Amino acid sequence: MNKNIRILIAKPGLDGHDRGAKYVARALKDAGYEVIYTGIRQTPEAIVKTAIQEDVDFVGLSLLSGAHNELFPRIVNLLREKGAGDIIVFGGGVIPESDIPSLKEKGIRAIFTPGTPIKDITDFIETVK
Amino acid sequence: MSKDERFRQKKQEWEAGTLKKVIDRSPERKAEFTTGSWLPSERVALPESGDFDDYNEKIGFPGEYPFTRGVQPTMYRGRFWTMRQYAGFGTAEESNERYKYLLNQGQTGLSIAFDLPTQIGYDSDDPHAEGEIGKVGVAIDTIKDMEILFDGIPMDKVSTSMTINAPAAVLLAMYIAVAEKQGVPRSKLIGTIQNDILKEYMARGTYIFPPKPSLRLITNIFEYCSAEVPKWNTISISGYHIREAGSTAVQEVAFTLADGIEYVNAALKVGMDIDSFAGRLSFFFNAHSDLLEEVAKFRAARRIWAKIMKEKFHAQKPKSMMLRFHTQTAGSTLTAQQPDNNIVRVAIQTLAAVMGGTQSLHTNSRDEALSLPTEESVRIALRTQQIVAHESGITNTVDPLAGSFYVENLTDKIEKEVWNYLNKIEGMGGMVHAIENGYVQKEIQDAAYRYQQEVERAERIIVGVNKFTIKENAPGGLLKVNPKLQEIQVEKLSRIKKQRNSDIVQNRLSALGVAAKDPDKNLMPFILDAVKDYASLGEICNVLRAEFGEYQESIVL
Amino acid sequence: MQELARRVIKGDIRGIAKAISLVEDGVETVKKEALIDSLYPHCGHAIIWGITGPPGAGKSSLLDRLIEQLRQDKQKVAVIAVDPSSPFTGGAILGDRLRMQKHAVDDAVFIRSMASRGHLGGVAGATGDAIKIFDAAGYDHIIIETIGVGQTEIEVMELSDIVLLVLVPGLGDEIQALKAGVMEIGDIFIINKKDHDGADRLRTEVEYVLSLKNGAENTTEHPITMTSATLNEGIAEAYSIIQSYYTTILKNGNLAKKRKNRIENELKHIALSKIKESVDKFLNIDDRLDSWVEDVFQKKVSPYKLLNKKINKFLQEIDWK
Ligand SMILES: Nc1nc2c(ncn2[C@@H]2O[C@H](COP(=O)(O)OP(=O)(O)O)[C@@H](O)[C@H]2O)c(=O)[nH]1
Ligand SMILES: [Mg+2]
Repeated sequence: MNKNIRILIAKPGLDGHDRGAKYVARALKDAGYEVIYTGIRQTPEAIVKTAIQEDVDFVGLSLLSGAHNELFPRIVNLLREKGAGDIIVFGGGVIPESDIPSLKEKGIRAIFTPGTPIKDITDFIETVK
Repeated sequence: MSKDERFRQKKQEWEAGTLKKVIDRSPERKAEFTTGSWLPSERVALPESGDFDDYNEKIGFPGEYPFTRGVQPTMYRGRFWTMRQYAGFGTAEESNERYKYLLNQGQTGLSIAFDLPTQIGYDSDDPHAEGEIGKVGVAIDTIKDMEILFDGIPMDKVSTSMTINAPAAVLLAMYIAVAEKQGVPRSKLIGTIQNDILKEYMARGTYIFPPKPSLRLITNIFEYCSAEVPKWNTISISGYHIREAGSTAVQEVAFTLADGIEYVNAALKVGMDIDSFAGRLSFFFNAHSDLLEEVAKFRAARRIWAKIMKEKFHAQKPKSMMLRFHTQTAGSTLTAQQPDNNIVRVAIQTLAAVMGGTQSLHTNSRDEALSLPTEESVRIALRTQQIVAHESGITNTVDPLAGSFYVENLTDKIEKEVWNYLNKIEGMGGMVHAIENGYVQKEIQDAAYRYQQEVERAERIIVGVNKFTIKENAPGGLLKVNPKLQEIQVEKLSRIKKQRNSDIVQNRLSALGVAAKDPDKNLMPFILDAVKDYASLGEICNVLRAEFGEYQESIVL
Repeated sequence: MQELARRVIKGDIRGIAKAISLVEDGVETVKKEALIDSLYPHCGHAIIWGITGPPGAGKSSLLDRLIEQLRQDKQKVAVIAVDPSSPFTGGAILGDRLRMQKHAVDDAVFIRSMASRGHLGGVAGATGDAIKIFDAAGYDHIIIETIGVGQTEIEVMELSDIVLLVLVPGLGDEIQALKAGVMEIGDIFIINKKDHDGADRLRTEVEYVLSLKNGAENTTEHPITMTSATLNEGIAEAYSIIQSYYTTILKNGNLAKKRKNRIENELKHIALSKIKESVDKFLNIDDRLDSWVEDVFQKKVSPYKLLNKKINKFLQEIDWK
């Protein structure tokens, strides 16, 4: 037995477009990871508590409503406040290119926009894990 | 009688009956229709020979059962579809400006997008609303916002479609109240509310209450409108979002019609007469890029619904059997890569919707995969419809693809597979159970997964994404929501809460709460009273949350 | 005592989560055993429930409702929800939590998803140790949700004080399942989805099967109750049945018997796996297997002869009392 990588796929905000999140969850499972899926409409607090209880290595956030600039950094900050700043956060969804640099500055390690092949995500996980 | 003769004879009957009735009332756009090079365009082209009975049973004549060829006998020779662009963002003031712009550009109806807090019944000052205010549509907290939204727009002239589901009763009440302030009686109002909760559970996610009280709110609206707002389309049963969630064309039709069956059953259960409301049911579908499959899909959907209404529910009026629908081009097919390619995709999808016989259409803007559409992109999208309407020639004849071996074959195939689903769902005890068991969501999810895997493996080519890619610069000129919006909206709401008579508001809200406990009470009048006295959307929904509880997601992974 | 153990006993959430990962990953054996050793004196307060039944029966949905009841009684609750790992990729989607997510922000509820990681028996290999961690951390109730594949899930019986068996109408194979011995697992029978057709019929069937069983052995009463998790119906009844069942087994001594039985199984299990480990190590089986295979294949020696010789040597060398 060895350490399995655990990943939380979460949907903060209010949009119900979970097609992408569910796809990524399933594809990551097929790639051999343990994936926890929270369902839609999760508050940053719920996501952070879940990530900690599940002791995940990664949190993947999916958001299509445009509230990423507010919600993604909230989650990173809350993790840090709870002493879980080592959990790596990445994001996906409809996110304009111009928002990406500032999100990265605020601690979101990678952003995957629509059309990203799943391999980019698994490559990212394998390099930074 | 020879076969050809029977075609001719039936055509004469149709012309003297169904067609004449309509033409007398509303003549066609032109006295004569021709192709671009002046060959005459037939109104309804028919087979020259072949099996008449088979034709008549499956395809028939436009405006007649089973409506495969369309719900009107003249279709776009009479009038084009309603060109209706879904729009709304930010504050009511900003959206109001966009609506006026669209009406000036020749758009014929309004389609209102609400922000997510509004769609889920949260006020702008609710913690759940954080970051979401004004993002995907306009924020409405109280009737004050609705007044601003329709300022200077004649509510007796425009038809308004509102994409609102769980709190549809509240927004409809606000609309009625604002119209009355403009001096427009409710009996004159024309429009649609989406009001389709079942697809929220399975695909779109803006639900609030569990199925049972939600269905009650829906039938409350049916009953209220059939008496008070007779021209209002009380529901738009939507396959659009099911398809966006990744379903197949067959699933889109099957699950939408299964939803329709559930609503009809709910209305019958509260004692309504089928023909008193069935004519006000409308549908909403997606137009994808597989042109011929899509056309077949629309034709099959009409035929199946007609059969359901006639054979299962014993509707009498032809109007009750007609599947009238709005269409939107497929947002999920738009790519962030090489966004101008999206104009072409939308054009193909527009052709699909029009050759499929839609009653109204929204065309997506090329930059929707990136952010809110700019004014220029919205104009191009609208122009796409106008070009198809005025230049393509497909509007000169009814159901132009009828009789194509391929299209008829696909129509039959889709119909058969849809019936399989409908029977299966019926076996599960109906759509509510099928959703609660996660069955429907799982079917959609599996199709979505398969599709995405094909894209990943480049077995399905998406131009600009997995083939013909180029290096691109980040696009410029994108529209962004004003970051101060949240503050502005919250400030506006707190001002209203201070100014209004809070005793009256409390009374209105507790009256609503009491009425909610009695399943035989229609809640519409109580909601109308509450909004008129400036009770907020969130306050009203919270009263109902306390009574009804909240729905929990039932997907199965 | 380890720092980690101290954190667990204090109820530190991240500490508990890390401790569970430690027992789950099972790589650092020494550290893991030291942790459980220092936690053990703090264990024994929690009531351990198992919830089992076919996939889709509504186990997670029902748990969500039962947690509400427990929270009204101010009880601290931990959930261990097990889902299967893919035998091909080792990956897993852990989806039980989705149904209980409204409790995510409640500090007195801890939900932990576990992949089975190849362990058979309906739970994960680390479930037993995870229970101890939650127990030492002060949770009043620890609830294990099994994968839900049927008769092979006896392990949940060994781990818990009370097992809830959730059944639903409409799966078509109810009666088969009943006959196949799944019934042996349950203490309390919950027929969920009573809003569906056939729930009453299923109840009658379950009663019938139970009456046969009780007639033969005349064992403890097995309560049956009906619920609808989605409509939130029958939940309070189910909860009170569970409570009184617990009181009964506490009073009549069955609880202590069960717990001793659990310890017995655990000791056997640890003993066996330790012995296996030592033998493996002593004989260096991994490295030598190839040459043994060759010898047996060449008929130089027979399998029994070869291994008896090795094992006897092992037994001589260890100080076996
Ligand atoms: N109609 C109905 N559906 C239920 C009920 N309980 C659970 N479900 C649904 O059944 C599906 C499976 O439930 P879940 O709790 O995940 O089952 P599990 O696999 O046993 O944990 C979900 O879609 C639930 O919404 C119930 O009492 N009635
Ligand atoms: Mg479960």
